[in-house]
Amino acid sequence: MSLNVESTPLTAVLAPPPLRLIDDTGHAVAESESGGFTLPPVETLLGLYRQMVMARRFDVQVTALTRQGRLATYPSALGQEACEIAAVASLAPQDWLFPTYRDSIALLTRGVVPKDILAAFRGDWHSGYDYRKFHIAPQATPLATQALHAVGLATASKLKRDDTVALTLLGDGATSEGDAHEAFNFAAVWQAPVVFVVQNNQFAISVPLDKQMACRTIADKAIGYGMPGYYVDGNDVAAMYAVVSAAMDRARSGGGPTLIEGLTYRIEAHTNSDDPTRYRKSADVDLWRSRDPIERLEKYLVAQGALTDELHAEILAAAEELATETRDCMTEQAVIDPLELFEHVYSTPRASLAEQRAFLATELDNDAAASALISEESTR
Amino acid sequence: MSTQQTLETGTKVRAPENLTMAAALNAAIRDAMVDDPTVVLFGEDVGPLGGVFRVTDGLYAEFGETRVSDSPLAEAGIIGTAIGMAMYGLRPVVEMQFDAFSYPAFEQIVSHVAKMRNRTRGQIPLPIVIRIPYAGDIGGVEHHSDSSEAYWTATPGLTVVTPSNPADAYSMLREAIASDDPVIFMEPKSRYWSKAELTLPVQTEPLNRAVVLRSGTDVTLIAYGPTVKTALATAEQAEAEGLSVEVIDLRTLSPFDDETVGASVRKTGRAAIVHEAAQFGGYGAEVAARLTERNFFYLAAPILRITGFDIPYPSPKLEEYFLPTPDRILAALSTWEWS
Repeated sequence: MSLNVESTPLTAVLAPPPLRLIDDTGHAVAESESGGFTLPPVETLLGLYRQMVMARRFDVQVTALTRQGRLATYPSALGQEACEIAAVASLAPQDWLFPTYRDSIALLTRGVVPKDILAAFRGDWHSGYDYRKFHIAPQATPLATQALHAVGLATASKLKRDDTVALTLLGDGATSEGDAHEAFNFAAVWQAPVVFVVQNNQFAISVPLDKQMACRTIADKAIGYGMPGYYVDGNDVAAMYAVVSAAMDRARSGGGPTLIEGLTYRIEAHTNSDDPTRYRKSADVDLWRSRDPIERLEKYLVAQGALTDELHAEILAAAEELATETRDCMTEQAVIDPLELFEHVYSTPRASLAEQRAFLATELDNDAAASALISEESTR
Repeated sequence: MSTQQTLETGTKVRAPENLTMAAALNAAIRDAMVDDPTVVLFGEDVGPLGGVFRVTDGLYAEFGETRVSDSPLAEAGIIGTAIGMAMYGLRPVVEMQFDAFSYPAFEQIVSHVAKMRNRTRGQIPLPIVIRIPYAGDIGGVEHHSDSSEAYWTATPGLTVVTPSNPADAYSMLREAIASDDPVIFMEPKSRYWSKAELTLPVQTEPLNRAVVLRSGTDVTLIAYGPTVKTALATAEQAEAEGLSVEVIDLRTLSPFDDETVGASVRKTGRAAIVHEAAQFGGYGAEVAARLTERNFFYLAAPILRITGFDIPYPSPKLEEYFLPTPDRILAALSTWEWS
């Protein structure tokens, strides 16, 4: 495609600096540059730091398991921890999270255990956690479709006069989908208590953002829908937390939806089946590695005297425990009864499915009988 | 035949009225909303206008903005937000204004409405009713006369129903709204103004059951929605010619009522299915295949399909050449060898 070769997209030249509260070097920015947002207290930042470290250790461990061929696939969020953790940390217990396939660490941060997160990637079932307990929708695979579900749930909350807010995670590529547009528009028209957190990790598999859109930022689009939009440094967890929390508060108090763009970078490939050297330079990846969200907060917390060596060691030890739990859960193979395939399609059984279930049951019985016969023969 | 009992709900019994199918559907939604405060209604023009076919007439005035609302003009948005509402305990009844305008919502319906219960191993049921006015014979311009049922019946997880008369329209819609499964509720536009005397609330045969509307001994004529009237007219004409035709109204397309239809086919030994949708890969292909698989040794002749042609739905001046008619059906039946 050479449609935009001659003209330079606005994305590249006009994007303003994103809002940040802690800069690349780990220093708090001046109050005059903080866009009216306040740096969260050190205790809060320590909690976010701990969650980011845990999330990264999980992500690295799962990527390793995938490379060993033990998972069908795993879309990594390495480098995006600030966006993911800030979003989840901003939720109240009654709030609902609508994640995508890339947001496994958001599930982890909300309390889902590794075994249940990995059920889908291990191939046990399409999804495998307790949605109602955690108030997390199944991780969506069709892009942006879950944003509409979030708007619907938020609208239902508003109709029932509840104080539940919905938060949905989206990627930059997903904002090209019609469902993203419809979700933004429905949310604004209905003043739904919903927050859209777009993680702009700059690639939709291989396609860079300037081939997705020709405007400056994704956040700019908010104005077209009649809702506030924020362009935030997605590797600054302090800024992401401050902005997302404020948006959640506004939604909860009847102020309607907010669109938040976190500018970040997908350090890993799209999934294990992708080769990112075909579409981006390793120098770019190195540059973004140097903007690591965890290291940035670490510098700040160490300088504040809040992150001591002992605390650091304790967090790392907890992360190693999580990695062990993650590896261990792979050895417990879930046994799924193939006949369960027919259980959940409808609320009440259908005659035609009962027939097909009986057919499979007979096949399984025959297989079992044949195996028994073979093993009997071989022991003779 | 339909029986007229009282629904076991709080709906009070009214005096007999002469009602159109559109009015019966309207009454069903109203009664369901009175009975169950979690039922909400939204879609394009369903508010103050009362829908382009007036099926939601008066509901906005009666229930107000929180329960009846006009949505932005976006079908994926309507279905997608209905999913979120259902996840939060509401029972959305939504309208796709015309059959062909449901296509923008195809992904939400096929990838989520149909699959959510299975994906979550039963944890998240989606009690959503998607009303779709469908089929032709109304002189509609392009995109206003499609018969899109096969897209939905080919999708596991969906229940697909279509009433052919006012009594069923009321009863089936009440049952669809009460169902914990998502239901594609297809309303034959050409039958909206057909009338019947009803004592509401009327309860006919349950969903998932086909009914024998007219008994016969020589041929089973299988129809649904808009073609039920055509099939009954065919049976009248056939009787004059000495042919005894049994007419079945399927009512529910998915699941298929093998029991009722199979029994009829085993009795008559001959069957034909009539629908407006194109033939190739159409719903009739499934009906013919499964009836043949299960009843081959009872059949005296191959099962026939009398359907629309394999072309896009024609413009108003040409639709009469497209739609199955009694003459065309009788001509098809006469191609069988009658020994």
